[in-house]
Amino acid sequence: MAAIPVLPKLVGERVKRREDPRLIQGRATYVDDITIAGMKHLVFKRSDIAHGRIRSIDTTAAEAMDGVDAVFTGAEIAEFLPPMPIGTPFPSPPHHSVAVDVVRYVGDPVAVVVARDRYAAKDAADAIVVEYDALPAVVDLERAMTGQPAVIHADFPNNLAVALVPGGTGVDGAMNVDDTAVDKAFAEADVVISQRMMNHRLVPNAIEPRGVVAHYEPGKESMTIWSSTQNPHILRSMIAALNGLGQHQVRAIAPEVGGGFGSKINIYGEDYVASAISKRLGEPVKWIEERSEAFVATTHGRDILGYVELAAKQDGTVLGLRLRLIADIGAYNMLLTAAIPTLTMLMVSGTYRIPAIRATITEVFTNKTPTDAYRGAGRPEATYFVERAMDMLASKLNMDPAELRRRNFIQPAEFPFATQMGAVYDSGDYDKALTAALKLADWDRLKAERDAAKAEGRLVGLGLAMYVEVCGLGPSSSLPTGGWEHSQVTIERDGRISATTGASPHGQGNETTFAQMLADQFGVPIEHVTILHGDTGVVKQGIGTFGSRSQAVGGAALHMAGGKVKTKMARFAAAMLEAHEDDLVFENGTIAVKGAPASGKSFADVAAFAYVPVPLPAGLEPGLSEEAFFEPSNNTYPFGCHISMLEIDRETGEPTLLKLVAVDDAGNLINPMIVEGQIHGGLAQGIGQAMVEEAVYGDDGQLLTGSFMDYAIPRATDFPRFELGATVTPTPVNPLGAKGVGEAGTLGSTPCIVAAAVDALSGFGVTHIDMMLRPEKLWRIIQGGQS
Amino acid sequence: MPQISITVNGKVRKARVEPRLLLVHFLREQLLLTGTHVGCDTSQCGACTVLIDGRSAKSCTIFAVQASGSKVTTIEGLATDGALHPLQEGFWEEHGLQCGYCTPGMILSAVNLLKDTPRPTERQIREGIAGNFCRCTGYQHIVNAIQHAAKKGLPKRAKRARRTPKAAASAATGGR
Ligand code: FES
Ligand code: FES
Repeated sequence: MAAIPVLPKLVGERVKRREDPRLIQGRATYVDDITIAGMKHLVFKRSDIAHGRIRSIDTTAAEAMDGVDAVFTGAEIAEFLPPMPIGTPFPSPPHHSVAVDVVRYVGDPVAVVVARDRYAAKDAADAIVVEYDALPAVVDLERAMTGQPAVIHADFPNNLAVALVPGGTGVDGAMNVDDTAVDKAFAEADVVISQRMMNHRLVPNAIEPRGVVAHYEPGKESMTIWSSTQNPHILRSMIAALNGLGQHQVRAIAPEVGGGFGSKINIYGEDYVASAISKRLGEPVKWIEERSEAFVATTHGRDILGYVELAAKQDGTVLGLRLRLIADIGAYNMLLTAAIPTLTMLMVSGTYRIPAIRATITEVFTNKTPTDAYRGAGRPEATYFVERAMDMLASKLNMDPAELRRRNFIQPAEFPFATQMGAVYDSGDYDKALTAALKLADWDRLKAERDAAKAEGRLVGLGLAMYVEVCGLGPSSSLPTGGWEHSQVTIERDGRISATTGASPHGQGNETTFAQMLADQFGVPIEHVTILHGDTGVVKQGIGTFGSRSQAVGGAALHMAGGKVKTKMARFAAAMLEAHEDDLVFENGTIAVKGAPASGKSFADVAAFAYVPVPLPAGLEPGLSEEAFFEPSNNTYPFGCHISMLEIDRETGEPTLLKLVAVDDAGNLINPMIVEGQIHGGLAQGIGQAMVEEAVYGDDGQLLTGSFMDYAIPRATDFPRFELGATVTPTPVNPLGAKGVGEAGTLGSTPCIVAAAVDALSGFGVTHIDMMLRPEKLWRIIQGGQS
Repeated sequence: MPQISITVNGKVRKARVEPRLLLVHFLREQLLLTGTHVGCDTSQCGACTVLIDGRSAKSCTIFAVQASGSKVTTIEGLATDGALHPLQEGFWEEHGLQCGYCTPGMILSAVNLLKDTPRPTERQIREGIAGNFCRCTGYQHIVNAIQHAAKKGLPKRAKRARRTPKAAASAATGGR
């Protein structure tokens, strides 16, 4: 027998992505690249005022235009499409996909045009005349809570979507609150920090805008819907429900998806409208979002105000934390809107042993675009509040920020650690990550550099932040959709492997990492493995990609399904080799008795036998295809430390990021190259929030930053070269030990950059600056105004 | 409707078009060259970047009629004779893309950059792609990808590009 080539192990290696060849040659298929014969185009007419009653909609001119098939107003749509459901247990006002009588934010759709092509549809939308009786726009968050200047939804007095949810020490299951422990902590404190902090509103801005193609086929009574979504299976359930169809009648496809960052989790009004109109007309329809439309029509992120109080002893030991959170959720509850700020609550203990915490959350309606998940979704906010407070404490105690954190860390031996907020952290070694980051950044040298620069009159500062996040969502108790993930692994008759995953990627590279895992598991070349995803007609079940769960939950399901089919394949091989299945090894494309590779059978031969098993080994069914649902026992809690150095121009106030060091611990890594890419992308969005991105509304509820001309997407010139390091603390909650990494970069970067700006301006008496670091704001501080 | 004639990826294409038809829509919807993407409506994002007579241009910012008589190269026409362009290779080698939506425009801007500045500094690379947004990568691996290509050097005045199903096919079976 010829020598068997040795296959390298791939898990842990920088394997080049298998997705890339189609993407770099322009051969990939995104939603807007799909054309179906007879397809019509939709364009929405949207409200240009923030709040008002619709007095009249005149569609006659639009309907008469060349190429226009139909125009539907909100009232007409409501006759055949029920209001949108949400995915959280919170009370929610009715939300029609197209507004029926009142518009509640700029961009709220009021009518939809169906036409031959997008130019004709757009012309017709422009020809629709809508008259409104304007109502006062509710813009200021704290004023909104008093019901001023208007109440947006009649059943929600004072605009309170969620009046008040308490959490932390002394709160029981019935939400009874006992403040004794928290009050005692503050009474015994030597120092108390108190600060109002705004974690401002952002626009996610995936570079591919949203889009949908819906195709209902009368006669077959089935619907196919292509959508730029992070979770086609959730899309399928919702589209079926709102169209009065069974889930077996709907096939949802996420084709190539051009980024999501949380903003493509939602099932949006446009998805529902496209499907309902296609069903009504019996024709395929397409809707593609324009960018200026995306700014108002796709959910926004963050926008949480925090009143933070931190109590500590003189030696830096933290005794207690009070945090009153108020979230501006915009005009409506979307799929997960109400749940996002609860993730902030859950994580406010950070990496610290804080013995007494009282956190509360209030959620408020305003006349703005609804908020929902945006990369990090609740955890960057928690990190920001607690890390800023730790920095203020460090500076008050005149203590090194690293030293203060060290004194309060949860220690490695304390895991699993239950925080006062109810999170049970799976594993961690925070000091290790901090030490690694200090070393990588050369902290003492940086301090000397900063001091030297300051001595020259330059405004240079250093910042450091720890983070811990909750990922790998999650047990089914934590997600209304179920918290598992699904996979099916099939060994084809020729020994090639097809595997499905419910984790539907949009840039994460699952086709590569999952193939690496199966190649190793079965000892076959990666070229023999295909990963299928994003199509409910092919992938039987799934939840989707969000909350950094692809690897920790989806990867674990794949590994389990692979394990099942491997066990079965071993029994076929055992029959062929007249050996015991426990003695077999799968490597280098063969299955052989341990220590005797030359006597083995090729992988392909065993596969062929499994499909034509003569004789059929006792107790076996033919074939090699197994599926698994993986339900994690807990979330995962990745962590890390980010360090930055920043300089502010004394003349203009313009900040420049000089250095960004990130040490992240995501547990075991499958492909470090892809992990680095994920961290870079997260850092870019975190730095973007801290330094250049901010959604700004005018007093009249107009989005003043409604295009790329006024909302700054970070450019390549905005960043230094990031310096990354890693520590590895595997999680016990899944068989891979992987924790998830998609959001990590957004967590540590924002507080560490603000800390650096405060440090740079320490000579001006500031202790906190709200993001974003607008040059004007910094310039005013330098000129002697206050922050 | 005016008649136009544009040489796209080496092939002469004639059509009658509405005067207001954007070049990007002509490429995508009439020629079905969907590798050129649309990411905005204000000429900022660069997702629609193509080469017009060898220079990078945002195809959402000119009308198809304005491009009449010129030579346009889109991402589909960049590989030649079955071989990936060094920038395509660089993006693959250095993980210069995630979702891939910005990638065609990013690559074509980089072609222009390396034509003008064959050995760019990191700063020059970052400035050279400042008209192209990427929301996924944080740009660092894109910089590495362009450095990778700069080291290899651009192909000598590539012959008129042809469609290269071979390049796609051979690349698709790879992965390492
Ligand atoms: S599509 Fe954004 S610049 Fe052309
Ligand atoms: S790779 Fe997604 S926008 Fe650049």
